[in-house]
Amino acid sequence: MATNKFEEDNEPWDLILEPRTKWYSLGLSNILRFKDLLFLFVKRDFVSVYKQTILGPVWFFIQPIITALTFAIIFGALANISTEGVPPILFYMCGITLWNYFSDTLNKTSDTFIANASIFGKVYFPRMIVPLSLVVSNLIKFGIQFLLFIIIWLYFLFTNNSIHPNSTIMLVPILILLMGFLGLGFGIVITSLTTKYRDLKFLISFGVQLLMYASPIVFPLSLVSEKYPQYKLILLANPITGLIEAFKYAFIGVGEFNWLYLSYSFLFTIILFFVGLIIFNKVEKSFMDTV
Amino acid sequence: MSKVVLKAIDISKQYRLGQVGTGTISHDLNRWWHIVRGKEDPYLLVGDANDRSKKSNIDYVWSLKNINFEVRQGDVLGIIGKNGAGKSTLLKILSQVTSATTGKVKIRGRIAALLEVGTGFHPELTGRENIYLNGAILGMTKSEIKGKFDEIVNFSGVENYIDTPVKRYSSGMMVRLGFAVAAHLEPEILIVDEVLAVGDAEFQKKCMGKIKNVAGEGRTVLFVSHNMQAMSSICKTGILLKNGLIDEISDINTCIKKYNGLFGESVIGELSIKDRLNRTQSSGNVLFTNVQAFSNTGKKTWDFAFNEDINFDFNCEVRDSSEGLLFYMAILEPITTEIITNFKEIVKKETILKGDKINFSVSIPAKTLRTGQFLLYFAIGDAKHQKWFDVVDNNINLPALNISAIDMDQHYNSGKVSIPYKLTVNN
Repeated sequence: MATNKFEEDNEPWDLILEPRTKWYSLGLSNILRFKDLLFLFVKRDFVSVYKQTILGPVWFFIQPIITALTFAIIFGALANISTEGVPPILFYMCGITLWNYFSDTLNKTSDTFIANASIFGKVYFPRMIVPLSLVVSNLIKFGIQFLLFIIIWLYFLFTNNSIHPNSTIMLVPILILLMGFLGLGFGIVITSLTTKYRDLKFLISFGVQLLMYASPIVFPLSLVSEKYPQYKLILLANPITGLIEAFKYAFIGVGEFNWLYLSYSFLFTIILFFVGLIIFNKVEKSFMDTV
Repeated sequence: MSKVVLKAIDISKQYRLGQVGTGTISHDLNRWWHIVRGKEDPYLLVGDANDRSKKSNIDYVWSLKNINFEVRQGDVLGIIGKNGAGKSTLLKILSQVTSATTGKVKIRGRIAALLEVGTGFHPELTGRENIYLNGAILGMTKSEIKGKFDEIVNFSGVENYIDTPVKRYSSGMMVRLGFAVAAHLEPEILIVDEVLAVGDAEFQKKCMGKIKNVAGEGRTVLFVSHNMQAMSSICKTGILLKNGLIDEISDINTCIKKYNGLFGESVIGELSIKDRLNRTQSSGNVLFTNVQAFSNTGKKTWDFAFNEDINFDFNCEVRDSSEGLLFYMAILEPITTEIITNFKEIVKKETILKGDKINFSVSIPAKTLRTGQFLLYFAIGDAKHQKWFDVVDNNINLPALNISAIDMDQHYNSGKVSIPYKLTVNN
């Protein structure tokens, strides 16, 4: 027995399961090991959405166009809200496309634990794979809608001289990435907080909607600066504001591009994501007992 | 001695019960919120469900307490215990579905748990897509699955439907496909739950065969089941859990004996089945209350020598009148193969009345059953054979019938049954 002990102590263990791990052990290497699963989930999400539909991915086009048209009628024509001299359809499409990526990611990831409880209850894989796969599958959906936006943008670019794209367009990939991670960050925090008490879920369904009106989607930030400067700070506290404004500025040349706003959004996203990751990792260990 | 591949150190798991006591602030807030809306206290329901055997005044229950054990490479460990003993909780902790409240588990090598077949199957995806998805969920990489893809499809026997969405599959095909993927998983440590053994007889056999194979390849298996015959034929060592504590760690047969003893009856020889609730079918007017095996000398036992007559004594209680009584019995080989099914006999022709006690015996001549373990399956119904009143199968942990050899003649010791025959010398 003594020799055995010696032998055992020498050989390292591959895996140690403990009730509490250090808060900074985020299990990222484990996620890498399951990257195949991540892409299979992406494929599943994407393929299963438009199976048994005739138009298939075309449906991804229809949603933003109808929304932009509705906005153009209600906010543009009826409420007469300024679009800073830009054709309303383009102005709204610009905001909606990026916003949709955020809201879709948030809506889907905020349901991770509850929606997947049946799989999570039977087999272990890093739970983070599921929200990450949602970020990627929504990115594909965003890509399709972005393509539509680009087509509309190109059309107006050649027919209308109120559009002034500029070099900030180089920042667009970063803006998209930040938007995705912002949605993911909020999503994993919310899903972690709702395994036991579901109240927050109800907040989400209309909270996301309200958040859209607290972001410069249907109105330009400049309008607020002009008419209601006292509320501008509230809008700026919203990390989405900086991203949307920069996105609009890059493509259309209107809006307030400001490195300060952008840095705020960036820092907010990074901190939110890591806080979310820590909470998520803590919850994933035993959420099955309370879900 | 082979190396230790899994070591559980002092693991305990606590669940919260009931609403008694102070509770945490969040619990109180939630309780308050429920009461304000005029709803029932949500924690009351939890408490009720967990109050199984005796009422407790404590808020928390230890589903597992101070569990220590180690498993060596190539071991096939059976985990047994009554419902609520903590088997599933232990499996959940080992398979990382949930974590222990205290304690550690150390593992060497890849570990995979099969708590369900076909986890994560998406109905809209084809069989092919689901093989990849399910394989990846179980921890295989895409290239591993690709390498085994043809084998998996072959094993499942659903080649023709592989590009059809699985929602069009019959449930049997779905299970076969799910198991085919699981069967090609190659972890160093495999955890298998009894839920696997819910399919038809063929499927069960396949599962058991696979588990045996895995064990034969020198890999480690942890197996949970209520089927003691399967346990004793597959496992080497056993852990008996009782109320969240380890009651026994030793070889599997010792554990099974002790487990059978937990039911508070002298199982050897006599079996009271009156109060067993886990019957497959017991809606009826007549219920078995007691089964007893005994030798010609009247000794109560389930262990017989090859050259002994085997006798069974059955007692039934009539709960509601019936038009006669039909008895059926089969003898099975572990786990599910029926060997003899010809016990079918009208016990009573006339109407029987509520409150009647019925007793009858069945006798099997010596040397009919060969050496080995056999299981009983018996049922009682009305004489016209319209319905069964009570069916007793291995859901109720019946003791196995043990036939032991009387000499070393290998021809007597192999095979399952003897049949009468005549040999004539013609010259």
